[in-house]
Amino acid sequence: MRSWKRWHRDARRHPLSALVSLITHLAALCTVLILGFLVAYILINGIPNLKPALFSLTYTSENQSMLPAILNTCTMTLLSLLLAVPVGVGASIYLTEYAPRGSRLVALVRLTTETLSGIPSIVYGLFGMLLFGNALHLGYSMLSGALTLAIMILPLIMRTTEEALCSVPDMYREGSFGLGAGRLRTTLCVVLPAAVPGILSGVILGVGRIVGETAALMYTSGTVEKVAGLMDSGITLSVHMYRQASEGLYTEQAYATAVVLLALVLMINLLASRLAGKITKGRQA
Amino acid sequence: MTRKYYDEQLDALHAELINMGQMISGAIGKAVAALLSRDTARAREVIAYDDEVDRQERAVETMCYKLLLSQQPVAGDLRRVSSALKIITDMERIGDHAADISELTLMLDALPRMSNAHLREMAAQTTEMLLHSLEAYVEQDMDKAHAVIAQDDAVDALFVAVKRDLVEAIRVDPQAGEAAADLLMAAKYFERIGDHATNIAEWAVFAHTGHHAQA
Amino acid sequence: MSNTFTVKDMNLWYGDFHALKDVSLDIPKGQITALIGPSGCGKSTFLRSLNRMNDLVQGCRITGDIRLCGENIYGSMDVNLLRKRVGMVFQKPNPFPMSVYDNIAYGPRTHGIRKRAQLDEIVERSLRDAAIWDEVKDRLNRSALGLSGGQQQRLCIARALAAQPEVILMDEPTSALDPISTGRIEDLALDLKNDYTIVMVTHNMQQAARISDRTVFFLLGEVIESGETEQIFSLPKDSRTEAYVTGRFG
Repeated sequence: MRSWKRWHRDARRHPLSALVSLITHLAALCTVLILGFLVAYILINGIPNLKPALFSLTYTSENQSMLPAILNTCTMTLLSLLLAVPVGVGASIYLTEYAPRGSRLVALVRLTTETLSGIPSIVYGLFGMLLFGNALHLGYSMLSGALTLAIMILPLIMRTTEEALCSVPDMYREGSFGLGAGRLRTTLCVVLPAAVPGILSGVILGVGRIVGETAALMYTSGTVEKVAGLMDSGITLSVHMYRQASEGLYTEQAYATAVVLLALVLMINLLASRLAGKITKGRQA
Repeated sequence: MTRKYYDEQLDALHAELINMGQMISGAIGKAVAALLSRDTARAREVIAYDDEVDRQERAVETMCYKLLLSQQPVAGDLRRVSSALKIITDMERIGDHAADISELTLMLDALPRMSNAHLREMAAQTTEMLLHSLEAYVEQDMDKAHAVIAQDDAVDALFVAVKRDLVEAIRVDPQAGEAAADLLMAAKYFERIGDHATNIAEWAVFAHTGHHAQA
Repeated sequence: MSNTFTVKDMNLWYGDFHALKDVSLDIPKGQITALIGPSGCGKSTFLRSLNRMNDLVQGCRITGDIRLCGENIYGSMDVNLLRKRVGMVFQKPNPFPMSVYDNIAYGPRTHGIRKRAQLDEIVERSLRDAAIWDEVKDRLNRSALGLSGGQQQRLCIARALAAQPEVILMDEPTSALDPISTGRIEDLALDLKNDYTIVMVTHNMQQAARISDRTVFFLLGEVIESGETEQIFSLPKDSRTEAYVTGRFG
């Protein structure tokens, strides 16, 4: 009650500030409402449709099981990360720690990275299909999909890793050099460990992108509703949901899939922040 | 030029030193006049005035300690402040000698007058030495300082002259013995004043050059 | 060798800027040498040349002769070995974001010591020598970032000592610390000079007067005067030195 009175008094004295304050509060409320509405809509429509049949080991047109898709999503995520993270982190380490300042190569790589991150995912999909699917004869396969996704999240990994490395204070590097350590040891033992939270958050963002990617995977890993091996074609969760929704016959199951997808993304984010928090805490008091 | 406040504090210190010098030279002048004209009232004034001189010494001492504490001076600045501390000691002794001469005046009261040109000359010269040595310190004038140090010889010669005069006076008039003895003591005090003024000049040289000029 | 470092006709350029001009001086062994001078006069630049930290600056060019115990440090000497022999403590305490133990063990591990028992011994000895053992002995495996500023700086000194150097370079080691921590580190420096040669850059005139044996006055990249500390602070030969130490400029 007291704060209302004060707000009222301030509002009369400074009407413009009060108006701006009101607008910003409303905007924040809007975003929360939109998110809430989205989540609520999906949950309301999806939860009633969650049936045990949806989690059967093998897929049939009847049970519309999403379990193979879930497993494929996990495989795809791991594979893509395995391909993208070493390359991305390695390249960023070169750019920040080894390359001379203002070198042409650095500028070129940066330009390329920024351009890559702006390309629509469907274009990646077609590119992947042409290069990995056709030219390299990998056809529709998990490998093909993973390679495509790896290229897609590479700029993201590189950018976040670079930011993480740059945010490590120079005084740590100086301290390490001052003790007689070379650049490799300094980078691996001092800089990289300090940058891990940042790098990890980039990886999490990448995972989020992978889990949600639909267009690129449709043309590279295909839509086979089976748990896939490396060279097999397999469907991931988001493509599975797309198929269910677009065929028009399984809308309820599509909602159920959406719920699972949402839950998965939430879980990943939660895990990521817990992990980053633990690592950061280990470094401080 | 940084350290404006520090320089202002140094200037204030110098002003107080000069002030003290003038107080004391005034006291010396009064003391010798009182001595030679048997003016006991004036003599008493000089004796009482010594308390003022001591107060001034304490005041300048406090200023020096404050400077040392707050500014932590080094090199030339440190020499200036530490020399000032030594100089006021010598000045305070000069003040005491002026009072001592006035004490003699009180004792000589009943005795016949005895004038002495050389004694007057000694008073004049030592007053001059005091003021010049202080100026040498404040103005960092080494020529003045060395002149004062050299002048001490003249004062010592004058003391010998006074002694001769008084011995002659006693030979002429044996009754004048007591008066003559007291006058000789006064002359000795002046000779000591000259030595103290010489010390002040030596501290002025030290403050400026860092080397002590042992005359 | 009575002089740890001998420097002759050293010149240093940052690109086109001539930062150090014809610097020649000797750093005697087992003494504390203070480098003083106004901001930008080149004293930190000079200090960093002694352990080749200037190599990390792009566009830095050095000519002249700098010898550590007779050996040219810009010759065939391995730069990492040089930095082991010449340790450095920086202005702002910079412990690594690791445990206290790992911080101290970093130097020895870099130079090949792996055995746990040996490392334990070195860690304890270094922390004792830096007068901080009692404060951290129960929290060796906790992060070094949890220590106070003064403790962190002593930790950095211990870290430098663990590499078993011959020389310790200190770049304004106490300027970021409170007076009590400053006092402790000054006492530490006085203890350390029995076993190490110390070169220290300082802005604090009183500190230089308190603890150094020799003082070198830099101005605009040149050495104006160098000599025994007592002489520099009581009877400097150059009028610019006098003006600087009495605070008339800088």
